Amino acid sequence: MSGLVGAPVDRVDGRLKVTGAAKYSAEIALPGLVYGVMVLSTTASGTSQVDADAARRAPGVIAVMTPQNAPRVDSGGNGAGDRTLMVLQDEVVRYDRQPVAVVVADTFERATDAAAMVRVRYAAAPAVTRFDAAAEYKPASGGRDVDKHKGDAAAALAQAAVKVDGTYIVPVEHHNPMEPHATVAQWDGDQLTVYESTQGVINARRTLAQTFGIPTASVRVVSKFIGGGFGGKGSVWPHAVLAAMAAKLVNRPVKIVLSRPQMFGSVGFRPQTVQRVALGAGSDGRLSAIIHETSAQTSVFDEFMAGTGAISAVLYGTPNLTITHRLRRLNTSTPTFMRAPGEACGSFALESAMDELAYATGIDPVELRLRNDTQVDADGKPFSSRALREALRQGAERFGWSRRDPRPRSMRDGRLLVGMGVAAASYPTHRSAASALVRVNADGTALVQSSGVDIGTGAYTVFTQIAAEQLGLPVEQVRIELGDSAFPAAPNAGGSQLTASAGSAIKLAALDARAKLLALARGDASALIGGAAAIAALMRTGGVETIEGRSDAKPGDDAQKYAMHSFGAQFAEVRVDPDLGTVRVVRFVNAFGAGRILNEKTARSQYIGGAVWGIGMALLEHTRYDERSGRIMTANLAEYLVPVNADVPAIEPIIIPEDDPHVNEIGVKGIGEIGIVGAAAAIANAVYHATGKRVRDLPITPEKLLA
Amino acid sequence: MDVGKVTRRRFLVRAALPTIAAGVGIGSPRLCALAQAAASVSVLPASGPGPMPVTLNVNGRAHELRIEPRVTLLDALRERLALTGTKKGCDQGTCGACTVLVDGRRVNACLTLAVMVQRKAITTIEGLADGDQLHPMQAAFLAHDGFQCGYCTPGQILSAVALLAEKRATDEASVREWMSGNICRCGAYPNIVAAVRSVAGQPS
Repeated sequence: MSGLVGAPVDRVDGRLKVTGAAKYSAEIALPGLVYGVMVLSTTASGTSQVDADAARRAPGVIAVMTPQNAPRVDSGGNGAGDRTLMVLQDEVVRYDRQPVAVVVADTFERATDAAAMVRVRYAAAPAVTRFDAAAEYKPASGGRDVDKHKGDAAAALAQAAVKVDGTYIVPVEHHNPMEPHATVAQWDGDQLTVYESTQGVINARRTLAQTFGIPTASVRVVSKFIGGGFGGKGSVWPHAVLAAMAAKLVNRPVKIVLSRPQMFGSVGFRPQTVQRVALGAGSDGRLSAIIHETSAQTSVFDEFMAGTGAISAVLYGTPNLTITHRLRRLNTSTPTFMRAPGEACGSFALESAMDELAYATGIDPVELRLRNDTQVDADGKPFSSRALREALRQGAERFGWSRRDPRPRSMRDGRLLVGMGVAAASYPTHRSAASALVRVNADGTALVQSSGVDIGTGAYTVFTQIAAEQLGLPVEQVRIELGDSAFPAAPNAGGSQLTASAGSAIKLAALDARAKLLALARGDASALIGGAAAIAALMRTGGVETIEGRSDAKPGDDAQKYAMHSFGAQFAEVRVDPDLGTVRVVRFVNAFGAGRILNEKTARSQYIGGAVWGIGMALLEHTRYDERSGRIMTANLAEYLVPVNADVPAIEPIIIPEDDPHVNEIGVKGIGEIGIVGAAAAIANAVYHATGKRVRDLPITPEKLLA
Repeated sequence: MDVGKVTRRRFLVRAALPTIAAGVGIGSPRLCALAQAAASVSVLPASGPGPMPVTLNVNGRAHELRIEPRVTLLDALRERLALTGTKKGCDQGTCGACTVLVDGRRVNACLTLAVMVQRKAITTIEGLADGDQLHPMQAAFLAHDGFQCGYCTPGQILSAVALLAEKRATDEASVREWMSGNICRCGAYPNIVAAVRSVAGQPS
């Protein structure tokens, strides 16, 4: 069945999803299950005093868990974000919407009602609620990614024939997956089973074991289907710990599902970034200096840093480069990964600045980027493959870039202003160790097991394709099981690395199974042709019941020799109402070279989704805080706006074929995140082209264009 | 005050409590005054009638339940009838994930109390296929990859089925407009539009 990999196969889990049969974590039914509802703080800083007497007396209430009676946990103090999990261990409130109590009752309604009866008094403490008011510091985490210096960028900028220098702001954004975070936790003696909406069951198992001080082997985490994650479900958050604590307290399985307003509490967000990008260039547009300085927020109790400036070491060549990252501590929950953490924001700044440089030099924005293409990154490492040039070329061709009159406000459609914008994109290719099992059954069908989680990317499908191709089976004869920590280990579905990691392991495990089948056939490969029937016959003849292929796949040393990244180009066309300041994206073309594409259908969906996220980032998404109190003012989907169907035009992804032998066994680079990189900049650049207004702080809302 | 009977004043005080707590510490005199007023009112036990018999006709089958009248259709389906194909995305009527058909009309099950829809025909995603035979809209979503994580999908599909019955899906723009009550955070919108239009017999 060669040629199966790459084919636009329908999702193998699709039938479960369109019939409602796919079970997400909140839908796991266990005997004796009871409902936990969290009570969240209503202040950003202080100490809480919980009066739960009325709630305890309310009908159906089994327990109210507060710092007084909550089981003790210890997150161990290793690793970023873990203090978040030290929940109900003391009365200190460090951020708005921090859990201060949990009500457990026999029904969801009764738990919710009783939660409203919990009275919390706060002794207020000073809170840092304004980005500008927080002191900047150099982060301890982040290692060598914190600062990068090459040549003398400041001096080169001073001497540059042409320079642009701007400050770009991306506000706090929340992931808002459609499925709220959910945990069902059950103890059996010292054994903990957690059905958790998580992007990584192995990571969740380790974190929970550490927090409860029990062996890893005593924890099982299951996540068969999750309703979107986008990085927000890449970590264990307080509600998961609280569900397990409550289950211990009441000695019954407990379910905690976050409400939508609670989704703005302690489950992470994209931190606000304020970036200075300065570019120096010759009159020919060739860059002589890039300065990319980022200031971002973190919490008062944990540190999270995204490599916002990292993209400036990758996209273009320059002899002089300075990248710095600084943090500011605010009384918020701790920020976390959100689709292309770093690159999504960094590309908005860098690619807006490149557009400004195009206007400053009078060079076409596509041509300017082509002139600054490079074959090595800032450390001098050659790229394992690099499709930036081809993505710009093919994208411009499909988009009709040549029809663009570069003068701002020069193009119109009736009374509407027309704008066309471009931006470049890149995202690093990550990979971690992973294992897999491919079992061939007596009937010749196969079973694939990996603990990796399909967060909607299509992992169930592409992994099935990989195994099926190696075994010569149609996809219908391969069954796949994912999302259980009892299965062979895989990293998080995050950083666009699950397919590279677990997919490689599945290929190696399938090859191992195939080698064992071949040995059974005494090397006669023709005995394996004919699908499950042929394999069943072979196994019957050989007298074996099952064959197990296993693998432990690890990154090779090519990562030391090569810089590995996906590259792409984003093209957006907008209509701007000159009287109302409203922006509509009417067309979007994006082109990516991301290694081998395992399934063209699901890959295109990822690229389309990335563009939709770009539209949200550029025009809509903004978590607003009351800066006096540090409280969130937009904690619902009526006030935190995400794109709806009417906001999204036709999106035309272009897949640039790429054969990269260095990245991993299956030649993939990861496609989940690059789709958003540069997308907001392409829209912002189109808005500039349409209006002559350069908006450097997102989102681009009407009042900024009318100002 | 009669215990067990919700007065307008008590209801307002209780509803305002979270807001009041938010106000404490930021020095709003109005909110602080409200907070003091609230502090003098003791919090009352849950009020309202207890569980009552409710009959729901779901996917052609009658289900007898004993539930409190405050139970939403969404929670009745998910937590009492194990029909978890109907999804809870916001519980506030903003996302459309809980869309079901009530007498053929699309409604947000999270904003509908179960007691309100007795004697009405409720269709959920579980009732759409004919045995193993997918409904054409389900098949179109699968063929056009009109989803990724799948969580908004049941609501999208039921919304799309109702849209075609409403005869509003006349072209691409109208499909986009009339499907905008169903949020898809994965951003599958163009594929959703293609799926709906293919069932509507429109060229894409």
